Amino acid sequence: MTKPAAAVEFRSVTKRYGPVTAVNAVSFVIDPGTLVTLLGPSGCGKTTTLRLIAGLELASEGQILIGQRDVTKLSAADRDVSMVFQSYALFPHMTVAENVAYGPSVSGTPKAEAQAMAAEKLALVGLSGLEKRLPSELSGGQQQRVAVARALVLEPQVLLFDEPLSNLDAKLRRRVRDDIRELQQKLNLTVAYVTHDQEEALAVSDRIIVMSNAAIAQTGRPRDLYEAPNSVFVADFIGDANLLAAELLTRQGDLGRIRLGGLEITLPHRNVSTGAIRLAVRPESVLLDQRSPPGAIEGRITKAAYLGTHMEYTVASPVGDLFSIDHRTGAPYAVGTTVWITLAAHGAVVVPNA
Amino acid sequence: MTRSAALWLVLGGIGYAILPWYLVEGLSPLSAKWWASYPFGNAGSGLFLGWSGDRWWLGPTFLPLLVGAALLVRGGRRPEDGRWLTWIGAAGLVWMVIAGFAIDHRNWTIDLFAEWFGPEKQAGMGYGAFATALAFLMVLAHGLAARGFCRSDAFVVSAIALVLGLVLLFVFFPIAQILVSAVEDNNGHFAPGIFFVKFFDRSVWGLDCVYSNLRCGVAWNTLFLAVVVGVGTTVLGLAFALIALRTRFQAKGVLRALTILPIITPPFVIGLALILLFGRSGAVTGLLFEWFDVPRTRWIYGFTGVFIAQMLAFTPIAFLVLIGVVQGISPSLEEASQTLRASRWTTFRTVSLPLMRPGLANAFLLGFVESMADFGNPLVLGGNYEVLSTKIFFAVVGAAHDQSRAAVLSIVLLTFTLGAFYAQYRWLGNRSYTTVTGKGDSGLPVPMPKRMAWLCYGTAIPWAMFTAVIYVVILVGGFVKTMGRDYTPTLQHYITGFGIEQTSRGLYFAGSAWDSLWTTIKVAAVAAPLTAIVGLLTAYLLARQRFVGKRSFEFITMLSFAIPGTVVGVSYILAFNVPPIEITGTGLILVICFIFRNMPVGVRAGIATMSQIDRSLDEASLTLGARSFTTVRRVILPLLRPAVVASLVYAFVRAMTAVSAIIFLVSAQYNMATAYIVGRVEAGEFGLAIAYSSVLIVVMLLAILVIQLLVGERRLGRRTAAAPVLQAAGG
Repeated sequence: MTKPAAAVEFRSVTKRYGPVTAVNAVSFVIDPGTLVTLLGPSGCGKTTTLRLIAGLELASEGQILIGQRDVTKLSAADRDVSMVFQSYALFPHMTVAENVAYGPSVSGTPKAEAQAMAAEKLALVGLSGLEKRLPSELSGGQQQRVAVARALVLEPQVLLFDEPLSNLDAKLRRRVRDDIRELQQKLNLTVAYVTHDQEEALAVSDRIIVMSNAAIAQTGRPRDLYEAPNSVFVADFIGDANLLAAELLTRQGDLGRIRLGGLEITLPHRNVSTGAIRLAVRPESVLLDQRSPPGAIEGRITKAAYLGTHMEYTVASPVGDLFSIDHRTGAPYAVGTTVWITLAAHGAVVVPNA
Repeated sequence: MTRSAALWLVLGGIGYAILPWYLVEGLSPLSAKWWASYPFGNAGSGLFLGWSGDRWWLGPTFLPLLVGAALLVRGGRRPEDGRWLTWIGAAGLVWMVIAGFAIDHRNWTIDLFAEWFGPEKQAGMGYGAFATALAFLMVLAHGLAARGFCRSDAFVVSAIALVLGLVLLFVFFPIAQILVSAVEDNNGHFAPGIFFVKFFDRSVWGLDCVYSNLRCGVAWNTLFLAVVVGVGTTVLGLAFALIALRTRFQAKGVLRALTILPIITPPFVIGLALILLFGRSGAVTGLLFEWFDVPRTRWIYGFTGVFIAQMLAFTPIAFLVLIGVVQGISPSLEEASQTLRASRWTTFRTVSLPLMRPGLANAFLLGFVESMADFGNPLVLGGNYEVLSTKIFFAVVGAAHDQSRAAVLSIVLLTFTLGAFYAQYRWLGNRSYTTVTGKGDSGLPVPMPKRMAWLCYGTAIPWAMFTAVIYVVILVGGFVKTMGRDYTPTLQHYITGFGIEQTSRGLYFAGSAWDSLWTTIKVAAVAAPLTAIVGLLTAYLLARQRFVGKRSFEFITMLSFAIPGTVVGVSYILAFNVPPIEITGTGLILVICFIFRNMPVGVRAGIATMSQIDRSLDEASLTLGARSFTTVRRVILPLLRPAVVASLVYAFVRAMTAVSAIIFLVSAQYNMATAYIVGRVEAGEFGLAIAYSSVLIVVMLLAILVIQLLVGERRLGRRTAAAPVLQAAGG
């Protein structure tokens, strides 16, 4: 990349369609050269946010900056941003080479030069030799790479991905995901990436912006979001979580004594005041045992499923139904078995704003 | 300011300061007389005419242009440009409209002003005025775009402004003129009383035929005919559709051909063929007389004849609508019914038929509107059975030249067709029982119950054979002396019409039909691409852009479909015979008339095709730095080829076969084939008329081939159906 990567900044951006607010006063910064994921359930405004960056939608209010420049009123054609579409949006009447050379050729680059630029990017994504094919003659994964090459050809300041993996099968998804991450790091690109798949987001992102109901629910590194969700929504959306009613007994420094059923545990209290609280417990932290350790909660297996690498249990207990993952698949508990429940040292967290 | 906005401002300046403002009649720009007093006089420019005091009302137009010049000189892009451009465009347009309509070729249109300012007159808009008006409109559009309309996309705002401006000018304004002229007497004075007298006249709404031997009002005649034809074409069309899709009928290709032919047949030709068969001296009449002594009568002239002719002409339309409807019924619904132990007949009655109901209503409304709008057949075959369209014609061209009566009758007719159109739009627009989904439906259509099949065969096959006979008559009629009397083969009719003589100065097109044929082909060839452009541009705006008032925009662009040709003809005469737009008698008015009458099909075809093209293709192009115009040219248009072909063919064919509107608009210099043929029919020269009609049909077939060759197929690769681009846009 000859151009340095640029930052993207949203300053209280709102997008309304008539009475519907699709994006509500959203502010964030995407640092240069980082990959940031917009994550959320469908209809949360993440795709609209991406399209606002691209200029395919214009903000109703607020300011959008790309590389310090105010682009709020600029149309898509005037922004130095490229996008890889969910459907790839390859022009079906053009060959692979024509597709990739489209960007330079519409901006007036001489044909030979445009061809050379296209060839270079096709080589980068490993598709040399397929220039003469039509998109319909390529496999899904190849089409996806053409779309990436086409988006890269103008060496944009910012590259956008709109659910790029949703049309690929599960095996291919993991490989393409790694390829995108590798390319981003190699070329030091600023990338905004939309997905509704939290695992995908955890795997590729430098930072994740979780969106819900047209607003940002939480922003942070993947680890922050998983280990310290700041709301029930985020705790539930990133990974699986058992959301349990508990009680914060006392606070001491950063830590607090928490009672969950018969268990008493010590966790960071995260500035939650004493009294009734919500506790998010990851399923792999719900430990099951047939012997009874001190203070353990008694439960009964109501569902058991074998998934190859692990067992999934649903356990009925006084603190509610618990979802548990157990990697010991050798001698699984049968449905109806009475088990004793304790929590692992990590994987339980106090949820603020509950 | 963007470069294109600057260019439009410059064009406005040229139009105002340099080009001749008014239409200069009868002189060519090459003649010295034309330029004699330039830049003053007849061919003077707006600037000089306005500021010399000669046409002082042109002066103020300078003001917005001056502001524009100031903006140009200052240069650069500033945020307030948008507001200035909007102001320039709006002010210029408003003033031009006021100044244009305030004074006509005689005097001020408002008497009071004539007293104040003294008598003034002006001619119609010429190149200068047109260029200036267009420039103001485009500057206004660029101003609005700069203020953030339509995602700041100047191309889109300009396109909306252009289409809207054209539709208002050439569809709305003429119709408004009809409304105005209906409440005026024939001298142009306001007289609302006359409207009521003429509107409630017995000849319009009389019900004498119910209780006496007298004739009923023309409105009832028209309505009755339209309802009967609507029902008839729907029933026949359904029979054809069921045979084509739900039986193992062998000759389906023939069926298809018989349904395509009437589309490229000028509407009155079928009436003509009926006369040649069943007229007093028709072929069948003759045979019946000779063999069975059935007396020769004129039974074909009147309701029966018009009804048969319209049935023949409009059944294919119903068929084309209903074939889509029958195809749209998911076979698995019928299979579901059968697995619930319903018999085939019960399934048809309780599942298939109810699912077709909206389609049937649609077909009925189309037949209804077509019958109302038909002019050729009632003219040729009507006899004493008068309908609105012919009555309007005779009110304008007949002995009792009565424009306000024509206007009143037009309003009656317009009310009927708009009512039907509105019913269709409101009631059927959002209601479709079409059950085709993206998921594959592996069910097999249930064959029709026997009874139903025989009913279909019984109605459709005789009808198809009848249609075939009609076309044999059209084909043969031109090659025999007189159909019905003298079957001696002859080329006489073709020689009269299309004779070419070898003279000393080369070939001489001696035939009497050449002039009108060349005019027709020229006008159709000019109109077809323009129609396709306007239609597809409108389709692009409707399918791809979001803007305020889109629903209304769609409604008014489709409206011209519901306005009968006769009404269009009358309205164009009323609107464009006087300044500011004075184009009657030119070829231009024919072209314009065709563009706006045939545009809706381009719009429909364009929307249908575009809705199959993934929207993210446009967006991908935009994010790659292409502007909307480039995107349209390089991405959308190549994928739109089927729609381009459809709208070109339709526009061309309709321009060649139309009668109702253009019969008012043709002139000695610009005569059209259909008007010429109608003239021959009225003069009793059936041979020449039918020969000319067959030539037209052949020309249209050739044109369709040429269009298909020129536009070509779209290239999507081998696995077209599986191409991901044809998927609907994802979230």
